[in-house]
Amino acid sequence: MAAIQMIQPVQKGRSSPDFISGWGMGSLAFLLLLIFLVGPFFSGIWYSFTNQRLISANPTEVVGLRNYTRLLRLGILPLDPLLDESTGEFQRDEAGNLVFPRSRAFTRDEQNYPQYAGLTEWFNIDRGSQRYVVLAGDPLFMRSLVNNFFFALVVIPLQTGLGLLLALLVNQKLRGETFFRTMYFAPVVTSLVVVSIVWRFLYDVNNGLVNEMVRSVTFGAVQPINWLGDPGIAMWAIIIMSIWQGAGFQMMLFVAGLQQIAEELYEAAGIDGANSWQKFLYITLPGLRNVMVFIFLTITIAAFQLFDQVLVMTNGGPDDATTTSVFHMYRAGFREQDIAYASTIAVVFFLIIVTVNLIQRYAIRERSARS
Amino acid sequence: MTVMQASPSITKSGTKRLQQALRMALRYVPLLILIFFFTFPLVFMIVSAFKVSNQQIFSDLRSLRAFLPVGDLTLENFRFVFENSNFPRYLLNSVFISGITIILALAVNSMAAYALSRLRWRGQRLILSIIIATLIIPGQATIMPLLLLVATLPSVSFADGVSLTRGWLDSYHVQFLPFIAGAFSIFLFYQFFQEIPKDLDEAALVDGATRFQIFYRIIVPISGPVFASVSILTFIASWNAFLWPIMTVQSDELRPVMVGLLFFFQRNVQWGQVMAYTTMITIPVLAFFFAFQSAFVKSIATTGIKG
Repeated sequence: MAAIQMIQPVQKGRSSPDFISGWGMGSLAFLLLLIFLVGPFFSGIWYSFTNQRLISANPTEVVGLRNYTRLLRLGILPLDPLLDESTGEFQRDEAGNLVFPRSRAFTRDEQNYPQYAGLTEWFNIDRGSQRYVVLAGDPLFMRSLVNNFFFALVVIPLQTGLGLLLALLVNQKLRGETFFRTMYFAPVVTSLVVVSIVWRFLYDVNNGLVNEMVRSVTFGAVQPINWLGDPGIAMWAIIIMSIWQGAGFQMMLFVAGLQQIAEELYEAAGIDGANSWQKFLYITLPGLRNVMVFIFLTITIAAFQLFDQVLVMTNGGPDDATTTSVFHMYRAGFREQDIAYASTIAVVFFLIIVTVNLIQRYAIRERSARS
Repeated sequence: MTVMQASPSITKSGTKRLQQALRMALRYVPLLILIFFFTFPLVFMIVSAFKVSNQQIFSDLRSLRAFLPVGDLTLENFRFVFENSNFPRYLLNSVFISGITIILALAVNSMAAYALSRLRWRGQRLILSIIIATLIIPGQATIMPLLLLVATLPSVSFADGVSLTRGWLDSYHVQFLPFIAGAFSIFLFYQFFQEIPKDLDEAALVDGATRFQIFYRIIVPISGPVFASVSILTFIASWNAFLWPIMTVQSDELRPVMVGLLFFFQRNVQWGQVMAYTTMITIPVLAFFFAFQSAFVKSIATTGIKG
């Protein structure tokens, strides 16, 4: 980061002129950061290799990679359909579908199938007359990760698009620009707990404002939607609310980016006969590149931090459709008091954030190398 | 509008002006529609807090009345929240916790940033690199080991005589002490202090001022905007805190407003009362934000661009 290079190296001879005042004024903050940030960060990594619990009578033991295998292990179990003993043909149920043995018969039979021990069924795929059961050490965590990624994939384009649209609209040098900007930003500063409770009411099936609005816009053609009770829709409900809540933040970042683009570029393009669409495509968008990369990063991090909405609106349900990694961590660490396992989730969570961050660094570097 | 068919003599300048006005209106229409989109839940929340019953709120949903203060309006919901719940206590707790967090965070982080940006001392570059490196650690990645840490830290108890007890759980200080020092706040102060010319310090040094006097008398008075940004960021984070107090605070009398809200909400289906509660805890944040709006926007802008 450029900020570090701005300090000149301490010269020899008068090496540390402000030693006492420097440490004196800084040490309180450094100490607090050490105790409450750096310390827990490293002890979290350590706990992930132990069986540490929040409250326990037994001493803590090192368990190696056990937490990681429980969290991340995957396996595939191929199943053949059951045969009808008398005819030698495949058994079929009343609907005519093939009947397969239960995966539990294998995962709980440690003597004959040690490779499946400790795994549970996550989902299965049928191909021809074979069924492949995908097993996971912790299917609920896998489900959480998938939900996090799904949330990120939907929210990134929608919120970036909406944020850019808002920024372009408020950046027209119109009267009242500040007023509009402030209004769009208001949901960002509002507590997620408050917002979630209000939206839970808005999403109500029978008395919800959202369904009323859908009904009046479509003149009653659309049946009331069970926003938070339908496993296929609940995540979408959280996504819509989250986009509404956070778009103002992306708008602010875009406005800042827009104001960095030199006015002369637009003037020069105007002289060359470019229309406004071309100006947007060839000046505005490339000029916003760094902001976009930053927004991609912040939304991804926010997607993996998804928690408050889930706890207040759905409690992870229905059918675990809205469970997330932080929610899973909360369940493990606080409700089950398994600090070691929760720390393992935190380490994986941190590694994902670092990966996204490295991608961001790479994207920015690539550009500065080219220009 | 029928005014358009006025006498032909004024049509030329008249239509031109009208066209201009129309174009202006067209630019404002999407902005106004979006205002509705972004504020309708909040307007609905505030308006519903004044409505008498669930029945009235539900029947108003079928029209724009949902967003208008019409029908039987009352302050009864607010009175109920104040008198029949622990809300006043929660509010006091949150004001105290947020207030003390802001004051200590401003003092501690600004001094550290001053030492890092304008003084020369051994270890400075190392500390600065560590602080910048910690910016990447998301709060939730350390929250579980932090929970274990505060559960085991020693604490002084004055219950009967002075004695040492184990664990910070269920206290006020567990709600603010871990969140005073912040890498991001130090970073914001640092960036701001870097921009102030160094000559100011040199001149004061010649006059015999100490480093702390320079900080206190010269740097702090001209750094209003960054103090405002850090205040608002700290205030919002601490006022809206949820996951942490849920895990560390069990006693009802120590709960902050957000956790109190969850318990109030779970016991109560009178929507008017729930909305009165949410309205009262949202207004301070919005007011704080409107008051410091410009400083806040500026700080977001710098963080976004420098990434």
